[in-house]
Amino acid sequence: MRLEPIANPSLARQLGYPAAALGLTVVVASLLALIAGANPFATLGLILKGAAGSKFALLETLNRATPLIFTGLAVAVAFRAKLWNIGAEAQLYGGAIITVVVGTSVLATLPTVPHLFVMALCAAVVGALILLGPVILKTRFGVDEVVTTLLFNFIMLLFVSYLLEGPMKDPMGMGWPKSEALAKDARLPRIVDGLRLHWGFALAILSAIAVWLIQTRTTLGYEIRAVGQNIRAARFAGIPVNAVLVKTALLSGGLAALAGFSEVAGLKGHLSLDLSPGFGYTGIIVAMLALLHPLGVVVSAVFVAGVFVGSDSMSRAADVPTYIADMLMAIALLFMVLAILLTKVRVVRG
Amino acid sequence: MSDTKTGARDVVLRLDRITKRFGALVANDAISLTLHRGEVVALLGENGAGKTTLMNILFGHYVADEGRVEVFGAPLPPGHPRAALEAGVGMVHQHFTLADNLTVTENILLGTAPLWRIGLGLGAAKERIAQLSKDFGLAVHPDAKVGRLTVGERQRVEILKALYRDARILILDEPTAVLTPQETDALFDTLRKAVGMGLSIVFISHKLHEVMAISDRCVVLRHGRMVGEVDTHETDRHRLAELMVGAEITPPDVSPATPGPALLRLADVSTPNEGAAPGLQSVTLDLRAGQITGLAGVSGNGQAALSDLISGLRLPESGQLLLDGDAQHKWSPRRAVHSGIARIPEDRHHTGTIADFTLTENAILETYMDAPVSRGGWMNWSAAEGLTQEVIKTYDVRCPGPDTRIRLLSGGNMQKLILGRVLERAPKVILANQPVRGLDIGAITYVHNRLLAARDAGAAVLLISEDLDEIIQLSDVIHVLSEGRLSPEFPRGSKTPAELGLWMAGQGFEGGAHAA
Repeated sequence: MRLEPIANPSLARQLGYPAAALGLTVVVASLLALIAGANPFATLGLILKGAAGSKFALLETLNRATPLIFTGLAVAVAFRAKLWNIGAEAQLYGGAIITVVVGTSVLATLPTVPHLFVMALCAAVVGALILLGPVILKTRFGVDEVVTTLLFNFIMLLFVSYLLEGPMKDPMGMGWPKSEALAKDARLPRIVDGLRLHWGFALAILSAIAVWLIQTRTTLGYEIRAVGQNIRAARFAGIPVNAVLVKTALLSGGLAALAGFSEVAGLKGHLSLDLSPGFGYTGIIVAMLALLHPLGVVVSAVFVAGVFVGSDSMSRAADVPTYIADMLMAIALLFMVLAILLTKVRVVRG
Repeated sequence: MSDTKTGARDVVLRLDRITKRFGALVANDAISLTLHRGEVVALLGENGAGKTTLMNILFGHYVADEGRVEVFGAPLPPGHPRAALEAGVGMVHQHFTLADNLTVTENILLGTAPLWRIGLGLGAAKERIAQLSKDFGLAVHPDAKVGRLTVGERQRVEILKALYRDARILILDEPTAVLTPQETDALFDTLRKAVGMGLSIVFISHKLHEVMAISDRCVVLRHGRMVGEVDTHETDRHRLAELMVGAEITPPDVSPATPGPALLRLADVSTPNEGAAPGLQSVTLDLRAGQITGLAGVSGNGQAALSDLISGLRLPESGQLLLDGDAQHKWSPRRAVHSGIARIPEDRHHTGTIADFTLTENAILETYMDAPVSRGGWMNWSAAEGLTQEVIKTYDVRCPGPDTRIRLLSGGNMQKLILGRVLERAPKVILANQPVRGLDIGAITYVHNRLLAARDAGAAVLLISEDLDEIIQLSDVIHVLSEGRLSPEFPRGSKTPAELGLWMAGQGFEGGAHAA
């Protein structure tokens, strides 16, 4: 069997295969539910209900989607330039640390809006700087950024652990490893009173639109795409390849760090080691499912968040383990990657 | 051997009505080819005519939709690459398939014997290789590391490899593309010896004078169809060219040049060696306004270093690059573009264009930072598309529109877009590196005429090509590059191809074997 590229894939092909991938995901999920001893239709129904069955469920899904939009954008921006940033988790925690530092500092005397602005800005800058190291190692010495950014995640988690046991430990925290809480005025307000959805979600949507504008309307976006598609031709044409990679890294790291800012300032109010259940890694899935399109990231982040939130709720009702959510994500990603490939090539016998 | 001249000659290879389709494209349309014992058949056709597809079918890389292949009377099972080898068909590819870090003997044995037996059979194998190289006039040392051999010697190793495996049919894919005229003559001697010993040869080429010199019969392909089969002694170059192209060919009319001052000068420039590729050694070169300077030479003799230098991709290790007399110290592709240098890169698919970008996105690759394509970091896509429309019209780029991805264009149309991209800016200096490689004759004529027009408009053109005929036809002055050394300047007509061939082989340089 061989793969032959298709010159001009039809629209039916471009939409049909991803749709089939989602369909197959549902089929496999049903099988998993069967294996777990539950009725597959009831299980899927419960997931759907838990994710979007009520105003509360829907807003909770959007709430969970917020950090995923940020990390998904971070990955999508970097992958466009073929800069493999696997370190969104580290950048997220970097942003979270600085958010707490600024949010509990003397700046707390500022009015809420400028204070939040400073917090977000500092977070983005720190996140950008975290990715700067790996990208300079890459452009200067050819060090593989997959390795450096991935390992940075572990360094950062251990560093956060140190901070929470040491300098940033909340003296009033009853011994729990968590930081001091942000001042009330240093929190992102909620969009709907009484529900947890906060303005971080709006910031995420705005970020997606901004990234989309950068990619399609600016010279930087054009440069990023050129470097990602064919670095040799880009260099020959005079595009400053290394500068473009550095700018891409700053953008990507900054976006990932905003996830940390938004989670701390919008939801948790303090820094702890369970701030992110792998949002940085899930961001890769989100970005891939969205085919790296910034607006698609919003859709796929909501989908992924919905599966997680829905599975949590289903698990309580149907006694099926929540692991089904992780498996669903993995299956969806595998099918989607295959579907994306099949929109571009056809399989030929012989 | 005597039976080759009688009427009842043995058929050794028969391709019978081979058809292969790729989607809507018919790459081979019912092509039949018969090869007899002791015969050289030339397979002639432009790029994309279907020659390579046909050979890939013979070697089992593709499976034909229709038709069959017979070797020595027995049908070949389709889709089995080893079957052709085992039946006695050997192929010498255009791009060699040798391991640089192994010796000649090891390369030849590779894949013929189980690995653990190489050590045991080495002595006998060497003897056999020595005998073969004597019989066929393929001088090469069996213990030499392939990485140190010249291109001509590597080709001999490829041929030896096929002979060692008892190939009775040799397929040579564009074998002369990388050779000097003298090496080509030596290759032809070898082929004549092989034919004398009863081997049969398919010679794939688009160089007509070589086809005339070596083949007994010509099979001409055009757009996947067989358009002619003629005995070589009953035809001539013009008839073959017409068959190949399907129309009469008029070579460009080259009027005398009126050279002006040097616009770009390399002064005593050296660059470091890179692996097997030699760097430039104290090269001094003037590119004068209104003149085409041809750079002849076999690829891998410093052409890459020279074109990277002028393109802005690298700086000289020593010596200077001067533009209008000013030495350039901070040199980059963008500076080169802004200094009025038009660069037509050697590899239009990977260096010149971005395959998945549209025509518009490719057309602005070098100027996206300049108004009107962008202002203050914001792209103006409608302006970019307007410029691209202009290029498409002026340079006759055949395409569905500026939104088409460039990978869907033919090589000729791709090259026209690149020409438009760089020539629209009325450049002072034009670097044309292998500008017509792989193009069909119509596109070749177009590119050559555009270069001549730019010359007449006062540009200094540097034409780098492996094709000596192209260099001789277009250049007002010729230099030869060999082992990183640059020959003196030879005015048009002052050297014969054979004399240039000697320079290409490294003779004539100070310290070389003879003065030319």
